[in-house]
Amino acid sequence: MGMQKELQAAIKAILPEVDCVIGWGSGPDPLHGAPLFMRSEDDANRFASGFFAVNNPALFLPEYKGKKVAVVVKGCDARSVGQLLSEGLIKREEVSLIGFPCQGVVDHDKVAAALGEKGEMGEVTAVLEEGDALVLTLRGETVRLNKADVTAEKCMRCQYPNAHIADTFVGEKREPVATADDFADLAVFEAMSLEERQAFWEKEMSRCIRCYACRNACPLCVCRDHCVATSRDPSWLTQADSVKDKLFFQVIHATHLAGRCTGCGECQRACPVGIPVLLLKRSLARSVEKLFAYRAGIDEGTPPLLTFTLEEPTIKERSW
Amino acid sequence: MSVLEGKELRIVGFLCNWCSYGGADTAGVGRFSQPTDLRIVRVPCSGRINPLFIMKALLSGADGVLVSGCHPRDCHYAEGNYYARRRLEVLKGLLPTLGIDPRRFEYTWVSASEGQRWQHVVDTFTQQVHTLGPAKRLPDAPELAALAARLEPLRN
Repeated sequence: MGMQKELQAAIKAILPEVDCVIGWGSGPDPLHGAPLFMRSEDDANRFASGFFAVNNPALFLPEYKGKKVAVVVKGCDARSVGQLLSEGLIKREEVSLIGFPCQGVVDHDKVAAALGEKGEMGEVTAVLEEGDALVLTLRGETVRLNKADVTAEKCMRCQYPNAHIADTFVGEKREPVATADDFADLAVFEAMSLEERQAFWEKEMSRCIRCYACRNACPLCVCRDHCVATSRDPSWLTQADSVKDKLFFQVIHATHLAGRCTGCGECQRACPVGIPVLLLKRSLARSVEKLFAYRAGIDEGTPPLLTFTLEEPTIKERSW
Repeated sequence: MSVLEGKELRIVGFLCNWCSYGGADTAGVGRFSQPTDLRIVRVPCSGRINPLFIMKALLSGADGVLVSGCHPRDCHYAEGNYYARRRLEVLKGLLPTLGIDPRRFEYTWVSASEGQRWQHVVDTFTQQVHTLGPAKRLPDAPELAALAARLEPLRN
């Protein structure tokens, strides 16, 4: 793993200048990575990038405001950082970014589905990457999976594999997978009628346990303890176990991210019951891109919903 | 129980204090006849309208939501309706993804002198919502639904 060694060297080089370097280390099992907060060379030796470095380290940056930190970012993570910067939620001079060409990350739901009858993800004792394949060891057998089959959806349409803002860039920039976002995932969803879509959300949201993992994993949900969803005054949500309240929470999350969501997909990845919550945010991102030609985290300037123009050529108002 | 029970739908209107609420008042003073489905909530400015107001209404069983404010360039607070225009347009785009017909929500601009225009807006929007019919309600929480069923005989 040449890339890993190079990144570790870059981390060690910046360690003396910062309080902490945020990246990834090994997780609870060989299939999972986990965020790693590095403060010493020993910590840096535990750094592990690659296919299992799924977490978005931009999530932790607002908490470190006022301290100088460095963060290792994939392309999508850099978009989140870009958005946090353009909203003034973090300061550029307090954050140092280490970018690298991301080759895509794993989708654990797909791994679990691919394993199927062969066993649970927790039974995997070793994982080897062999070119385009993953070789897993579980129950004393080896299972070969095609990497492309277990790669996250967002990576399949990735336009920004190389961090677009980086103070240090390690390695050669790679070609993006796609040149434009065609929102094909939304097109598939929209093949359903309005009634079917409503039934779809009713069914999906009925599984929701309101753990708010989607909110807590979101790098741009910065209200934290002041989230309107958990406030009693005003009381937007009741504590009833109803689809209405659960769906309304997703609407709160999505509308508060309108024009801000960079599509990192952490909300959906964090969901323990597999609700496709990213769909709502993708829909809003498409509207914002169409109306205001703005891609969150990439385009400079004030986010479109925090500003206006006197004439809005793209908005067709009701004639009556 | 109103005689209009079953014939009337539930439409929620969010009107800015300075223009559209005045416009609705003008329509009333002028005795222009209007459909009675609309229930009006007066807000200081269309810029005060949190898109969640609209979503809360729609998800809680409203059949339609109408937002009306001052014409662009005429906002009492100079720029509230410009922000509203952007927010409301983005929200309208989200409705189909949730399975809600976007025609259940409209926003428009009516000034305080436009009583006639207000009548036209209410007429057109009410008709539009009636064409769509009552909105499908999301189910209540199972326990609450069971409790409501148990309490039903007591209501009479």
